[in-house]
Amino acid sequence: MDVLVPLPVAIPLIAAAALTATGHFLGRRADDLVALAASAATMVISLLLVFQASDHRLAYWFGGWRARHGLALGISFTVDPAAAGFAALAATLMTASLVFSWRYFDEVGTLFHVLMLVFLAGMCGFALSGDLFNMFVWFELMGAAAYALTGYRVEERGPLQGAINFAVTNTLGAYCVLIGIALFYGRTGALNLAQIGNTLAGQKPDGLVVVAFALVICGFLVKGAIVPFHFWLADAHAVAPTPVCVLFSGAMVELGLYGVARVYWTAFEGVPGAHAGGLTNLLLGLGALSAVVGGVMCFLQRHVKRLLAYSTISHAGVILIGIALLTPDGLAGSASTVIAHGLLKGGLFLCVGIVLSRLNSVDELVLHGHGQALWATGTLFTIGALGLAAPAPFGLFLGKSLLEESAAEHGYWWVAPLVTAVTIVSVAAILRVAGRVFLGLGAAEDALLSPEPDEEREVERDPERSSVLMLVPTALLILAGIGIGLVPGLEPHLQHAADVFRDRHSYVATVLQGRIEHGSVGSLELLQLPAASVAWSLVSLFGAIGLAALALCRHRLVPERARRRTHALAGGGLRVLRSVHSGVIGDYVAWLTFGVAAVGGLLAVVLR
Amino acid sequence: MSYLPYALAVWIFVVGLYGVVTSRNFVHLVVCLAVTQSSTYVLLLAIGYVDRGTAPVFADVPTGTRAVDPVVQALTLTDIVVSVTVAALLLALAIQVQRRNGTMNPDELNELRG
Repeated sequence: MDVLVPLPVAIPLIAAAALTATGHFLGRRADDLVALAASAATMVISLLLVFQASDHRLAYWFGGWRARHGLALGISFTVDPAAAGFAALAATLMTASLVFSWRYFDEVGTLFHVLMLVFLAGMCGFALSGDLFNMFVWFELMGAAAYALTGYRVEERGPLQGAINFAVTNTLGAYCVLIGIALFYGRTGALNLAQIGNTLAGQKPDGLVVVAFALVICGFLVKGAIVPFHFWLADAHAVAPTPVCVLFSGAMVELGLYGVARVYWTAFEGVPGAHAGGLTNLLLGLGALSAVVGGVMCFLQRHVKRLLAYSTISHAGVILIGIALLTPDGLAGSASTVIAHGLLKGGLFLCVGIVLSRLNSVDELVLHGHGQALWATGTLFTIGALGLAAPAPFGLFLGKSLLEESAAEHGYWWVAPLVTAVTIVSVAAILRVAGRVFLGLGAAEDALLSPEPDEEREVERDPERSSVLMLVPTALLILAGIGIGLVPGLEPHLQHAADVFRDRHSYVATVLQGRIEHGSVGSLELLQLPAASVAWSLVSLFGAIGLAALALCRHRLVPERARRRTHALAGGGLRVLRSVHSGVIGDYVAWLTFGVAAVGGLLAVVLR
Repeated sequence: MSYLPYALAVWIFVVGLYGVVTSRNFVHLVVCLAVTQSSTYVLLLAIGYVDRGTAPVFADVPTGTRAVDPVVQALTLTDIVVSVTVAALLLALAIQVQRRNGTMNPDELNELRG
């Protein structure tokens, strides 16, 4: 059954090549069908791989160049449940957004489908790769497709600037990764993750290895949109076509964080020394900072796609916190958050796409009260937002509860209140949008929100456009995201996946010695509802609703003087935060340089 | 083998970054990005260098001849291919920026503030 392993990459690439050659003769609907078929096939095969890999890890060697005597000359795909799961998530979101695109675009060229398929192949390849240099190649491939998709509407100013910012920062991130890989190769003579890990295990950590590791994880954190590497993300989301945003937020950003986790547990975990504590603190700090900055910036936006993009940064921070704990439950929590967040955020972006196609705007204040006729979209949007608030036992609850429990167990008592607080802020912003747009609540003016210079002209406005084909994938994504926590046996499966992911010895045994190691999943039990987590989930749910109500009705609820005082107190800090997000590429690269230097310096201190 | 190539790689990387940060023109910016990237070539080739080694072509030479590492050369080639794609894309975007905005200066674009 190993033949399945390369298919999630091969199918979209072959379909993309075929479309490039023949698409111009076939017509729009044939392009749609081919792309959709390839994406759906990728989804099914990736799901099959998830089931296969939950029995034992698969190592597939291209051209049959297996590892001999612990030396890997060939290139491998190494598939565990997490890797296959990521491919499945990316393919699912891709399928949903291609179905959505069927009616969404009035006119779209073959190149859009080709780029989407190449993007999918890049993401699947990155997730499945067992070879560090190939991770870089897939990283760049998905990057190049993503930059082109961001700037797809080259006739407008916004997309050009967004695509350039995105491309330059991520390319520099890729160079950091490449330099790190070169240094790893220089020290170990290996590019295969298993062999790098095997060579480094038991050796004293020297400066070179620490620098290599720091560069690799900084490069991946650029893709993962972690503060201070996050600036490109909001720009890219604000201008990319909405179906593309689904992939950016739901899968691509999380793949950056997956890269960090993968490289740590395969290549670096075996290096002796007390590095775990230091690394935990560093990554926890970065995650917490991203969660807070993303949440606050989210609350200040009126451009709805930008708002959702900052909410993604906030959630990326939470996912990094789960990874940073370096515990099985933290990792399982992150995995669960990735799945639920990917589905829900994908659904929310599709809702915004429907609003954009019917009302021709994504500006919260311009749309004030105009969405009342779109009751189905409004209901889905609200349900999706509430799912992000992690109400027990729906949506993000399982992930949030797992990582809070694990953090509390290891003495990080502040994680639960912090995650709850940022959830409240970012979800309240989305609920505020729902209230303004779909219910016409609150004032049509809001001095708190960023001014928006440009209007979106992604598709022609057409109030008569049939929205069934747009509503179906939206509803499916949101309902799947809400219900994911209720799937029986999800929790033990996630914990098993996290255990497998962290087990370096069995990884090495499978890849280098070709040994098949069967694992077993814990018994299927009903979802656990720990009291503390349920309490926090109630706080985040009602806090978010309350804060949204406060934001909408503060001119009625809060007296004038108190409002002025809060503005005076918070105004300065918010102005600074806003001016940092300047949209100028030079500033972003300066922050990136600073971030790499800071992370590298701190790692050098903590890993000694 | 001296430390010179490594120092050179670091220098090129930093110079390229400085150029990207201070750039006032998109074409200049893309070229600086390419300069940054060439540091990775120097580094990769330096890592594979063997004193008095020949090119890694094993026809017509006795077995056991010292040769430089072919793997890093393959990596460098891949690196060039991948990055040329990105550079071409960025230059295309730069042309489009000039057409739409009449400027090549990144500081004069203000579509994406805050």
